[in-house]
Amino acid sequence: MAEYLTHEHDVLVIGAGGAGLRAAVEASAAGVKVALVSKSLLGKAHTVMAEGGIAAALADVDDRDNWRVHFADTMRGGQYVNSWRMAELHAKEAPARVRELEAWGAVFDRTVDGRILQRNFGGHRYPRLAHVGDRTGLEMIRTLQDHGIHLGLDVFMEHTILILLKDGDRVVGAFGYDRERGRFHLFRAKAVVLATGGVGRAYKITSNSWEYTGDGHSLAYHAGAALTDMEFLQFHPTGMIWPPSVRGLLITEAVRGEGGVLRNKDGRRFMFDDIPPLYANQTADNEEEGWRYVQGDKNARRPPDLLTRDHVARCIRREVREGRGSPHGGVFLDIAWIKEKIPNAAEHIKKKLPSMYHQFKQLADIDITQVPMEVGPTTHYMMGGVRVDPDSQMASVPGLFAAGECAAGLHGANRLGGNSLSDLVVFGKRAGEYAARFAKNNSLGKVNPEQLAVAERGALKPFEREGAEGPYAVQYALQAMMQDLVGIVRQEQEMLQALDHIQELKARTGRVGVSGHREYNNSWHTAIDLNNLLTVSEIITRAALERKESRGAHFREDYPAKDEQFGQLNIVIQKGADGEVQLRREPIPPMPAELKQIIQEMK
Amino acid sequence: MATATFRIWRGEKGGGEFRDYSTEITDGMVVLDAVHQIQAEQTGDLSVRWNCKAGKCGSCSAEINGMPKLMCMTRLNSLPLQQPVTIEPMKTFPHIRDLVTDVSWNFRVKERIAKFKPRRPDAPDGTWRTAQVDADRVQEFRKCIECFLCQDVCHVLRDHHMHEEFIGPRFLVYTAALEMQPLDEGDRLQDLKSQFGIGLCNITKCCTKVCPENITITDNAIIPLKERVVDRYYDPLGKLFRMFSPRGT
Ligand SMILES: Cc1cc2nc3c(=O)[nH]c(=O)nc-3n(C[C@H](O)[C@H](O)[C@H](O)COP(=O)(O)OP(=O)(O)OC[C@H]3O[C@@H](n4cnc5c(N)ncnc54)[C@H](O)[C@@H]3O)c2cc1C
Ligand code: SF4
Ligand code: SF4
Ligand code: FES
Repeated sequence: MAEYLTHEHDVLVIGAGGAGLRAAVEASAAGVKVALVSKSLLGKAHTVMAEGGIAAALADVDDRDNWRVHFADTMRGGQYVNSWRMAELHAKEAPARVRELEAWGAVFDRTVDGRILQRNFGGHRYPRLAHVGDRTGLEMIRTLQDHGIHLGLDVFMEHTILILLKDGDRVVGAFGYDRERGRFHLFRAKAVVLATGGVGRAYKITSNSWEYTGDGHSLAYHAGAALTDMEFLQFHPTGMIWPPSVRGLLITEAVRGEGGVLRNKDGRRFMFDDIPPLYANQTADNEEEGWRYVQGDKNARRPPDLLTRDHVARCIRREVREGRGSPHGGVFLDIAWIKEKIPNAAEHIKKKLPSMYHQFKQLADIDITQVPMEVGPTTHYMMGGVRVDPDSQMASVPGLFAAGECAAGLHGANRLGGNSLSDLVVFGKRAGEYAARFAKNNSLGKVNPEQLAVAERGALKPFEREGAEGPYAVQYALQAMMQDLVGIVRQEQEMLQALDHIQELKARTGRVGVSGHREYNNSWHTAIDLNNLLTVSEIITRAALERKESRGAHFREDYPAKDEQFGQLNIVIQKGADGEVQLRREPIPPMPAELKQIIQEMK
Repeated sequence: MATATFRIWRGEKGGGEFRDYSTEITDGMVVLDAVHQIQAEQTGDLSVRWNCKAGKCGSCSAEINGMPKLMCMTRLNSLPLQQPVTIEPMKTFPHIRDLVTDVSWNFRVKERIAKFKPRRPDAPDGTWRTAQVDADRVQEFRKCIECFLCQDVCHVLRDHHMHEEFIGPRFLVYTAALEMQPLDEGDRLQDLKSQFGIGLCNITKCCTKVCPENITITDNAIIPLKERVVDRYYDPLGKLFRMFSPRGT
């Protein structure tokens, strides 16, 4: 066997965002030796970007809140295709996980009596999001990082995992390279936790960073693990669209919470034009009532601008398609208008939305206290991922665990804001705990040298084709194609075309070349990431073709209604013996009577 | 379409040279966009570190026209484009390649600082009560995105290379955040004085000027820490007092 730098640990955690860090902390607390690997530096993972808050029924602000309400809200948001067991565990355990962050040094915003302050967010019945201004993710990742560095973890920053290693059925480690030197590394471990985040970089317009190339999804799939819910990709309705350089950057929902309204180019509040019957009773039918709601009037109903993310995104798309969009192909989000209603509006906006004010001022030369913003939907969050056991987070292949955005189940067809950060700590902890347990009961497996050699050769191929097409053009082509053909509104013909394009792009990827050498070579990294992007793009497309209904974030123009039968099942994806994507429909296990009753009560 | 020239440092491990690249510029572009465009269209193996492209992760630090800045938050229209825009790696850290430096020293420094140690919970359910005013003070420090631009600009590290003796402004901010954490019972004053080199800071405030998070590093973090150190170690009355009181402040 070729000599590789070799590292041996009990538990290998891949990914150092909230989920990976929490898993590493837990495994380490269980007394096993842990390695933590991430593509970027410690503390830079995507979790750092989260803004709004972390959802937990602490009941610090509204004492009517409890886990049962949080459970029901999560299931309703996910349109009942969630894993009810994960939703139950999540709702029950999130409060303890948030308090634990405080015990590790996090400083959340406070209520007047000194407890943890919680804010309102879409789909949560009571104020439930613990937060730190609009930088909650930074607080969380820094707390976990600063706690973790004293636990003796072996941290491998700027290392990228290429494949998972198997001994028979079992996952026994991983193989990757470091960015700085381009050397290959063999990580042997008794258990492996995936916490690699999302897939947004498969799309042109996204709020996600370069790391979101679906690595974990792809690693697990190629290792034979089942994925699920991959058709459910959340498009956040309000991303920046102008100037081009910031296209996709997130504009928090809180802008609308503070009274911001959506208008088309004629100044019309188009959200009033299409209110889904299911929400008609809870939605204001005139502008005046909507304004009273955001001012805190408990008798007013919420304005349609605050309907669920999937619906708002589709309405924006309709306005643009029908020629009523803004100059740069979005719609207007206007918070400046509140100056008609309140004195000192400009100061008020700056105080409530400091980072939004700053973001527009600095990056777009726009003063949001004076003029409307231009906004459009942006690819935001992958609900689907590795199919896991709800309690242990183990995947369908033994020795492999997954948590955070790359795992599936909690969010069903649509994630509620704030439920991701809580997901990371609740299930990150569980994954770490069960991975450590698994490691204690198993020994290091055998490594198949052939598997390493193939991976090494594959990774180095682009260097043999210096002068050929570079990886960036292929990446851009894929992103534009997925945006067009497997975006917010889907239909069979377009998705079949997408599959053809994916085949062509796979062939192009096989011919991509890079120049230079292996040390910190961004184009080489991009060439490698392309394989993962293509794998997840194909899986998303096939799953979306299979679900012939519209539900949550998945909207089919050719099947615009919900279908009761599809409401009883998840689409499960696995790599077939022939190497092709295989799909199956798996019934959702029956919900226990107690949980059913909770949902009934909260209807 | 307008074009602009970017004079980018190319090379490895300290060696190298500036090379000029011209590229098309469009509305609203930031320096990082130009670097990416050059990378995609002209020189694929140009090394650059970035993540969020939104000023939130602190990965893309560099020196732009000699000023330590985040590449993703520096608009081209804030720079004079008649002349080439120079982009160089940070100087205070070992060079890896092109615009990327080895910032691992920072991570090692942090491990030396005694970790958060909370007092016993205030309430029987294991929770604490904290007033927002007390939270405010440390929340300013906790905004830090670890871009290390303040470390880059501080002369104690940059010119005098006292990486062994001095932890730098970033970690003085970090220590201040721990010392002023309302729940913390740890004590880092001895370390500040003898190991972390707080005395080496001569309050030039260069660090504060470059902080992209607008943390008032010198006035709010370093000076109060210096005062605490002075109160404990150089103030004879305080010393006497502490000899008779159970716990120092
Ligand atoms: C702008 C924005 C705002 C958001 N706001 C909120 C919010 O307010 N509330 C909320 O609940 N959610 C929010 N979300 C969603 C939430 O932030 C993410 O879903 C969550 O942080 C994902 O965490 P994670 O631990 O799963 O992954 P990440 O934090 O993304 O970490 C992934 C890790 O995996 C590593 N990795 C990936 N691939 C590899 C590989 N091949 N080899 C080695 N390492 C690898 C990466 O380097 C990284 O360390 C927001 C998202 C965005 C984009
Ligand atoms: S104020 Fe102190 S820490 Fe900051 S740059 Fe000057 S010497 Fe360095
Ligand atoms: S204190 Fe400011 S300049 Fe220094 S690392 Fe933190 S954010 Fe960067
Ligand atoms: S890329 Fe994150 S701060 Fe610039």
